[in-house]
Amino acid sequence: MTKTILSVDDSKPIRDMVTFTLEPEGFRVVCAENGQDGLDKLRAERPDLVFTDLNMPVMDGITFITKARAEAAGSGIPIVMLTTESAPEMKEKGKAAGATGWLNKPFDADKLIAVTRKLLG
Amino acid sequence: MLQQAIEAFVQEAGEILAGLENSILALEDGTDPALVDEIFRGLHTVKGSGGMFGYTCLSRFTHHFESAFDLVRSGQLRVDPPLIDLCLAARDVMCEFIALGGDGPVSEDLLASERIANMIAALSALTAAAPDAQAVKPLVEEEALPEPESTERSYSIEFRPDANALRNGMRPDLLMAELGELGTTAIHYDTTAIPRLDELDPTEALLGWQVTLRTQSSRAAIEEVFIFADDADLVIAETAPAPVAAEAEAALPVAPVPAARLARADAPAAPGPTPRKEAKSDSIRVTSSRLDDMMDSLGELVIAQARLDAVAQRFDDPALESVVEEMARLVIGLRDATLSIRMLPIENVFAKFKRVVRDLAAELGKEVHLVTEGGETEVDKNVIDRIGDPLVHMIRNSIDHGLETADEREAAGKPRTGTVRLSARQEGGEILVSIEDNGRGLNTEAIRNRAIERGLIAADAVHSERELHHLIFEPGFSTAAVVSAVSGRGVGMDAVKTTIDALGGTIDVLSRNGRGSRITLRLPVTMAIIDGLRVKLGPQVYVIPLSSVEECVELGDNAGARRSGRSLLEIRNEMVPFLELEKLFCQPGDPQARRRVVVVRVDGTRVGLVVDDILGQGQTVIKSLSSFHSGLPGLGGATILGDGRVALIVDVATLIRSAEVPRAETVRRVAA
Repeated sequence: MTKTILSVDDSKPIRDMVTFTLEPEGFRVVCAENGQDGLDKLRAERPDLVFTDLNMPVMDGITFITKARAEAAGSGIPIVMLTTESAPEMKEKGKAAGATGWLNKPFDADKLIAVTRKLLG
Repeated sequence: MLQQAIEAFVQEAGEILAGLENSILALEDGTDPALVDEIFRGLHTVKGSGGMFGYTCLSRFTHHFESAFDLVRSGQLRVDPPLIDLCLAARDVMCEFIALGGDGPVSEDLLASERIANMIAALSALTAAAPDAQAVKPLVEEEALPEPESTERSYSIEFRPDANALRNGMRPDLLMAELGELGTTAIHYDTTAIPRLDELDPTEALLGWQVTLRTQSSRAAIEEVFIFADDADLVIAETAPAPVAAEAEAALPVAPVPAARLARADAPAAPGPTPRKEAKSDSIRVTSSRLDDMMDSLGELVIAQARLDAVAQRFDDPALESVVEEMARLVIGLRDATLSIRMLPIENVFAKFKRVVRDLAAELGKEVHLVTEGGETEVDKNVIDRIGDPLVHMIRNSIDHGLETADEREAAGKPRTGTVRLSARQEGGEILVSIEDNGRGLNTEAIRNRAIERGLIAADAVHSERELHHLIFEPGFSTAAVVSAVSGRGVGMDAVKTTIDALGGTIDVLSRNGRGSRITLRLPVTMAIIDGLRVKLGPQVYVIPLSSVEECVELGDNAGARRSGRSLLEIRNEMVPFLELEKLFCQPGDPQARRRVVVVRVDGTRVGLVVDDILGQGQTVIKSLSSFHSGLPGLGGATILGDGRVALIVDVATLIRSAEVPRAETVRRVAA
């Protein structure tokens, strides 16, 4: 069965990059522009994996992760933060909120594919 | 977000390209496989990330370069000077693409231009000519993996995920499966944390894993498997290569939920030697702006410390004083430590001259050998950033005007290959950088004629060679035509001097006719904090850099020396010209003041500066002036005093120059 990936990011180039990288690999990619949008898409699309930015308008990534974990659709699935700073406190915050892991920007397509495969098997 | 990623890419690419130049040049000394790999990896990274961050033209061009260089890596292409030339040129084109700031019509035009097309053709010709012509790499290729190590190692891996790990989407089963792909595994479960069934929360991660892995992969590959695990949850230790116990267990399926008690808690044998915390790296990289911020804060701290000191003196409390003293000591320690972080080996600047020398020698048809010494000498980053251009300038002059052609050299009984020696060393609080060549030296006569022509010296004046040589630093002393005609140095030497002055340094030249010349720069080790002498003029406080202060004397009756119309002061039988700061700065002094003279030395000349009073000395944190105020002659910056007032820092070199005391004249007067 085709696995669905949710990309939550306010920057279109990043959403595009996730889409254009993972679609050819056989994944379905759904995009959301902020945390609130992400929660809506999470309920509607039931993704198998989420990539989320941290700094976003309307609802930031940490809040999004916290709320997603409280949802049936968001519990138990991998949620990966896309971080620009490798600041440990941000990672800790995200992990405490329930993130599975993080990916430092910039990352290349190969890395994104590898992480996706690692988390989805 | 993406903008930051792009900036990161541009920065990374810039560093890679800078490294590439050196690596390619180093190929001239021999084709070291490690070096070749490094170049290849650099090209590969730029190609890969370029496509991701809107530099596809760069990526496309680099693809050809990379393909050609891959032949070098596989040993199908021999490294020879023409190939190095081509590589250097291709590397420069990559810089051009970076400079264009990403894709767009200009980048497309550049990629399509005849020059680039020719270069791509030349690169492609190499690939096509290779024995294995079909092996042209596809645009997207596998990351070059490090060679697997031939010896098999044994690791003991202890993994105990956080209780929330399963709820947070971790799949230990996938991790174990991935680990299994690296080699032979023996997996034990630690079930001690699992409670009775009625107390069990199946979404909680309670299992611990103890894995013995026999693999040819490196430790990094194992860490890569556990990329999302917290360091605290994971212990990887290399154990002595021993047969994996109970190989049969390796095939056991691994349960994703802890409820399945597949394995009894057969506590595994001690996991080998105590896990060592491996030193990942002994250096870190931070952006220089963070260092600047740190320096700013430290500056504030030094100022606050001075204020605290001032306040404490009002109280006369021994306990307070001892704390303040302790603080002062710590602040100085912190200052020194911070300054040392900002230090970079000057090698960073020297490295780029190899290319300059090589290119220029080829252009001028001269044979030049560049020798660098003392590259390990450490200099403040701000100084490093600013001496690059002056040094390039002086090296160009050395090669262009100083060194003779090979034939001329042979005729003069010198080795055909000229030598340019670039050296650096520390002397006290100063860095000495010198550029030395064994060429023909300065043409003293031509300089004298030129100086007379420009009215810098009198036709009948007697000057030492040294004084004459110094004239090359006079503004407007030389024009290109004259300089090349007299083969002296000087195109923009005054610009060089201006930069060095701005850095608080000095410049000196020594030349021997027919044997060569040497230009020595004396630079301060740091420019952020200096020791300064606080002086008073009217209500205003000024700071004079202590490094240029020689002594302080009372003006007293000595002022009578002005009677003859010349501002001269007699100090131990030597006449020293003096300047009155109140006139230069249009800042009326206190008429009741005793008036003192601070004698400073600039470029070997002693000049006295008359002030109302001398307040004391201390550390001065230099704050740059606003763009509106910068460039004022005589002022080098500002600082904040212990009592919160602002004091201006005197730039002695420009102050004296602006005071319209022609140096040649001064020298004569003092000598008189």
